[in-house]
Amino acid sequence: MRQSNGYIIGFAVVMTIVCGGLLSWAAVGLKEAQTKAKELDTKRQILSAVIDIKGKPSEELLKLYDSDISAIVIDAQGKVLDGVDAATVNIAKEYKKKPAERKLPIYEFKKDGKISAYILPMYGSGLWDAIWGFIAIESDGNTVQGISLDHKGETPGLGARITSEEVQERYKDKKIFEGGKLVSVQMVKGENNPGLSEHQVDGMSGATLTGNGVNKMLESYLDLYKGFLKEHKAG
Amino acid sequence: MAETVETAKVEKAEPLFSKRRKNIVADPLNDDNPITIQVLGICSALAVTTQMEPTFVMALAVTVVIVFSNLIISLMRNLIPGRIRIIVQLAVIATLVSLVDQVLKAYFFDISKMLSVFVSLIITNCIVMGRLEAFAMGNKPYDSVLDGLGSGLGYAWIILTVAFFRELLGSGSVFGIKIFEALHINFPTNGLMVTPVGAFMVLALIIWVQRARSGYVEK
Repeated sequence: MRQSNGYIIGFAVVMTIVCGGLLSWAAVGLKEAQTKAKELDTKRQILSAVIDIKGKPSEELLKLYDSDISAIVIDAQGKVLDGVDAATVNIAKEYKKKPAERKLPIYEFKKDGKISAYILPMYGSGLWDAIWGFIAIESDGNTVQGISLDHKGETPGLGARITSEEVQERYKDKKIFEGGKLVSVQMVKGENNPGLSEHQVDGMSGATLTGNGVNKMLESYLDLYKGFLKEHKAG
Repeated sequence: MAETVETAKVEKAEPLFSKRRKNIVADPLNDDNPITIQVLGICSALAVTTQMEPTFVMALAVTVVIVFSNLIISLMRNLIPGRIRIIVQLAVIATLVSLVDQVLKAYFFDISKMLSVFVSLIITNCIVMGRLEAFAMGNKPYDSVLDGLGSGLGYAWIILTVAFFRELLGSGSVFGIKIFEALHINFPTNGLMVTPVGAFMVLALIIWVQRARSGYVEK
């Protein structure tokens, strides 16, 4: 009985329906919670480019975000697009468009009513898969206040180190312009390099390719934002 | 088709932790270890063991998946048609793993970010399928759970040991804590250890030590 074709086909059909049903039910039922978790994660990343978020509960972070961060969207020519909500702009989807056609969100971080930093989203590819992040540029339009980086599938212990504080700290106070020309910040090869300039940071040994991906991402996105930064720098 | 292994009918029910059942759990920890003796699950043992933290998460995830898929397959064992049993086992594993992944994405986003890399590695882990085929298809649910637990823990302690040496020598830390810096020892880290080659070496040494002690010989 258990070997007849009818039984086997019947069993396979039931199995498919049960497994498929379970998975679709989970996907639909958990969608809301997943979207919320993802939004919170994005806000955490935006904040972590400018403040230390370690150990702060999510409610507090959300409050901080609502009070200190305001978002605008510009186009690649540096014009502010009115009526476009930054929350609706999907950076990963924009990345697939030509650079000149992308919508570019900018998150303004305010301290005591004055803009203290512009937080710029970026997106690119590492060694295995997508990498993304946010870089905070101080109101002088040149100094890096902080950076937060994340990735989808870089190697744990090697490329995945871009998410570690130790690597992200290196970008602090680096400069992205050299006499009015954009030079970005380069991650060089290897660790503990002596005599790094204000446009260079130490690399990660064994993960040079991920580092190259980060460099490319920084360069291409800073290039898109450079007009805006030049125009809006304070002082 | 695996024949059901029925122990002789005894008047009294077998105690929950009889000698036989203790052995089901204990054997895979040492004498019948899934990695070092059966040489299964090598891919994940090499891929995730650069650091202790992701290794710990992976060990936990694999153990949970083995236990539950063993239980489910064992409950269905008398219904599964022999000719499509492998694909049924795979469907059960994949469904379980994807479900867990979905739940983590909703409520434990940080953990899911760390695990997302491994999800496919769990589904294709031959230890899980090996236990389903070799044990759960022919044994009762409770025994199958014990077997899953034993195999999972046997896998866990080996990859944690490999990760300990790789992270210590490769990054100079344990669970991300910089040990040598804290002790003010200037320790040159060994780049070989963060590559898969280092994992092969550490794993080979563990296999050697273990087989030397147990006297196991490949037939």
